[in-house]
Amino acid sequence: MSVLLIAEHNNKELRPFTLNAATAASQIDIDVHAVIIGHECGEAAKALSELELIKKVIQVEAPHYENFVAENFAPVIVKLSENYSHIISSANTFGKNLMPRIAAALDTSQISDITKVVSNDTFLRPIYAGNAFATVKSKDNKKCVTIRPTSFDPCESSGGSATIEKSEAGEEFAQTKFIKREEIKSDRPELGTARVVVSGGRGMQSGDNFKLITSLADKLNAAIGASRAAVDAGYISNDHQVGQTGKVVVPDLYIAVGISGAIQHLAGMKESKIIVAINKDGEAPIFSVADYGLEADLFEALPQFLEELNKLNTIQK
Amino acid sequence: MKILVAVKRVIDYNVQIRVKEDNTGVVTDNVKMSTNPPDDNAIEEAVKIKEAGKATEVIAVSIGEEKAQETVRKALAVGADRGILVKTEGILEPLAVSKLLQKIVAKEKPDLVFMGKQAIDDDCNQTGQMLSALLNWPQATFASKIEIKDKSLEVTREIDEGLETIEINVPAIVTCDLRLNEPRYASLPNIMKAKKKPIEQINASDLGVDTTPRIEQTRVEEPPKRKAGIKVSSVAELVQKLKNEAKVI
Repeated sequence: MSVLLIAEHNNKELRPFTLNAATAASQIDIDVHAVIIGHECGEAAKALSELELIKKVIQVEAPHYENFVAENFAPVIVKLSENYSHIISSANTFGKNLMPRIAAALDTSQISDITKVVSNDTFLRPIYAGNAFATVKSKDNKKCVTIRPTSFDPCESSGGSATIEKSEAGEEFAQTKFIKREEIKSDRPELGTARVVVSGGRGMQSGDNFKLITSLADKLNAAIGASRAAVDAGYISNDHQVGQTGKVVVPDLYIAVGISGAIQHLAGMKESKIIVAINKDGEAPIFSVADYGLEADLFEALPQFLEELNKLNTIQK
Repeated sequence: MKILVAVKRVIDYNVQIRVKEDNTGVVTDNVKMSTNPPDDNAIEEAVKIKEAGKATEVIAVSIGEEKAQETVRKALAVGADRGILVKTEGILEPLAVSKLLQKIVAKEKPDLVFMGKQAIDDDCNQTGQMLSALLNWPQATFASKIEIKDKSLEVTREIDEGLETIEINVPAIVTCDLRLNEPRYASLPNIMKAKKKPIEQINASDLGVDTTPRIEQTRVEEPPKRKAGIKVSSVAELVQKLKNEAKVI
């Protein structure tokens, strides 16, 4: 039986993690269909049909789908689910909000946030904030699975030519009303997908000192992260938080500055390819996961870091 | 307005998790247990709403073994009026928990159900949404701000792209983010007072819900270990290593 992928989009474009979810779906079964629910989302549906792994696109449109309200989306998927063995989405706030509502309606025990497909009924998933990994086997006929996007590579965005089939919209759920969305716009790479992340912790001592992090991030074309301690202290807004309760990041290079390395934080970054820790406390737990540790005062080390990077650029020129 | 708050007993967030040698789960014997952190935010918010005169009663409910009573008692110590313990043994999946909560909702008829957005043990992030689906109520997940209106709530939600605001009519479910508020500590007099507050005990088996697990956990293992790194002595050395050895800059 085919698997049904729930596409995430903004009515114009696909959101990037849809491509990672497509890869995960194709590892369960090669026959991946994707459903896109939205309002005037033809462009995004077309992009979806061009993904190399998608065999068929189902497009469902109505004005009340414009803002992705789970109460409106869930019945559409439940209705379509008859023909599918698995329903798949990303385990980001979109999928987390939506999938359990579908699973409960189907009387299925959902499997959240998988990092590996072992077989079509068995998956690996982190528990206890990634401090343990559980292999779980679903005994339900229909399986609802959310996938951790950073654990699967994005599929090719071209090469596919799936048919787009329109399906009838459902009713509007009148008890929930969307009011507004405030998206945080930035010229920087997005934290969740950046190749380099520079993060500051409580050791930064003030919001003003985060300028040092910003300068280094500018130089490296990096996203800016923070520990929960820095967010709680008000140094930086909470959309920068990396960790169990913030974002999970897997960049090529993660630079942790003035971050001690609480379990909560490590859960969000320890899968990064290369980890650098700069901390004046040589006993800080962050050093246990760092490939390169520098025991130093960050207020001296960060300006030097910039200077060395500048030198590097001069030599290259 | 009557508010039901679901609280879960989990391994304390400061405990370093250890996997059992036979790979059947994690070590829970002689390990400190606490209330799931965002459930503390859920209780705090409910109590604040009552203190503002906008709710008449706050009921704390926990589902689990006998010892989960401590978690209910803690909620009473920070201001919940009474408690309910639904006693069960063994593993309960979020689907089973939401079905048990549905029975409690039918009995207590709350206007609002609050709980944490996610439990820090199984990290499922499902129960609130599942309960909303079973009841066909509106849901506001990952709430970082709640404004009570006449027959509705305006809720700000933490989403990946930033913040979203929705309005939901009561009855409704809200799952709470850690940023919603700063949970208070229980004072000693309030801990003493909480001992006199009633906790009703209900056997899950009397609620007519099939709680048999649908998911078999076949193995639990430690995360892959990172190989030990090195300490560098200067920023210059660090930059050289990043450029020439790791090749990431």
